[in-house]
Amino acid sequence: MPKCLISIHDFTKEEILHVLDIAREFEKNKSQTLLRDKVIACIFFEPSTRTRLSFETASNRLGARVIGFSDAGNTSISKGETLKDTIKMVSNYVDLIVMRHPLEGSARYASEVASVPVINAGDGANQHPSQTLLDLYTIRQTQGRLENININMVGDLKYGRTVHSLLQALSHFSPTFTFTAPDELKMPQEYKDFLSRKQIPFTETSELEGNISGNDILYMTRVQQERFTDPMEYEKVKNVYSLTASMLKNAKPTMKILHPLPRINEISQDVDDTPYAYYFKQAENGVYVRMAIIAYLLGYK
Amino acid sequence: MEKIGKELKVSAIKNGTVLDHIPANQLFKVINILNLDNCPHQITFGTNLDSKLLGKKAIIKIADRYFEDDEINRIALVAPQAKINIIRDFEVVEKKVISIPEQIVGIVKCVNPKCITNHQPVQTRFTTRYEHGHLKLDCHFCEKTTDSDNLTILSKN
Repeated sequence: MPKCLISIHDFTKEEILHVLDIAREFEKNKSQTLLRDKVIACIFFEPSTRTRLSFETASNRLGARVIGFSDAGNTSISKGETLKDTIKMVSNYVDLIVMRHPLEGSARYASEVASVPVINAGDGANQHPSQTLLDLYTIRQTQGRLENININMVGDLKYGRTVHSLLQALSHFSPTFTFTAPDELKMPQEYKDFLSRKQIPFTETSELEGNISGNDILYMTRVQQERFTDPMEYEKVKNVYSLTASMLKNAKPTMKILHPLPRINEISQDVDDTPYAYYFKQAENGVYVRMAIIAYLLGYK
Repeated sequence: MEKIGKELKVSAIKNGTVLDHIPANQLFKVINILNLDNCPHQITFGTNLDSKLLGKKAIIKIADRYFEDDEINRIALVAPQAKINIIRDFEVVEKKVISIPEQIVGIVKCVNPKCITNHQPVQTRFTTRYEHGHLKLDCHFCEKTTDSDNLTILSKN
């Protein structure tokens, strides 16, 4: 089976660091057309802006050509084609598949059906490993290290897949966590058990403003409407945290705010002009990290 | 020889396999998991028999049929205390204890309604582990955990 990236567990600590190092090379030299004769499929069964555009940009910057779709509505999937058949067919056409799909576990299954490497660009609420790698890349870029980071995760810690994957990836690097969430959206017990087993310290709170001063990274998340089955539940919690510039007066000078984007109300516009805002640069980093993942899986780096 | 001095509720078989100490309420799940509804051999079973161990137990006797270990271990999910007796010429020639397999393929439904296995023709696959004495099944695909307390057995088509 070709090397794939489906879950952040698929990469060892050494592989994670290797990909981050390659990404840094790509950031210095953005156009390295290593994949001139390659075709990459970006098949998105669920809407996405950043992830799809950054994968397509990454593929283009590497010199590969891109095929795919961004909406399953006008493909044979709407005729009832199974995922297996779609993947079998696409993997005969291309050298690598980037896939987003609303069903959890779909990417793992696709990787077992495909004859080419598969990158999971999000399978429902399960995994989104390229986001995790770009988060790690950005943390290292802003702090000069990955070890001993004090990180405050804020917002939807129950359904937010980015925080779960980031938590697991950071566990290689002795972090300290603060989990800031309302009762309805607290970090699930299984992740807290995981940290306890690894003896990684964490505190839980529902209060944001008083807990910022010790943070190296303030990781904000959106409460995702699409993960809620009950619209009343969503209404109750959607605006629970809203970060404003005035809340940052006690922040460390080196502290940076990250957010996987899109943001709605959880970061107010006036934060954008503070030296702490780093989420747009974080999104840009997504291109370099995705270039690195593609080049690594295809054996070029 | 177990037959002397003991009235048999389910008549003896000459050759085959006896599955004893099945919890009475799991009998039909065991039949389902072992696919006995498609088995051509003579099968007799009794259920709601008194049992010191289980309260009410069930017993299944299958004539002229022997199971591979990994086949029989599949019932460990619903009848972990079951005893397997191999019968030849009315004698118990071998007793087997079942154990939970490391991997469970098929049989169990993933508890996550958004798992690919609940929407597409994909066979379920789990890794088993124990946590605080409870059996947990980790889905190979969606990475969610199905608890042995509320597992649903998939019916064969």
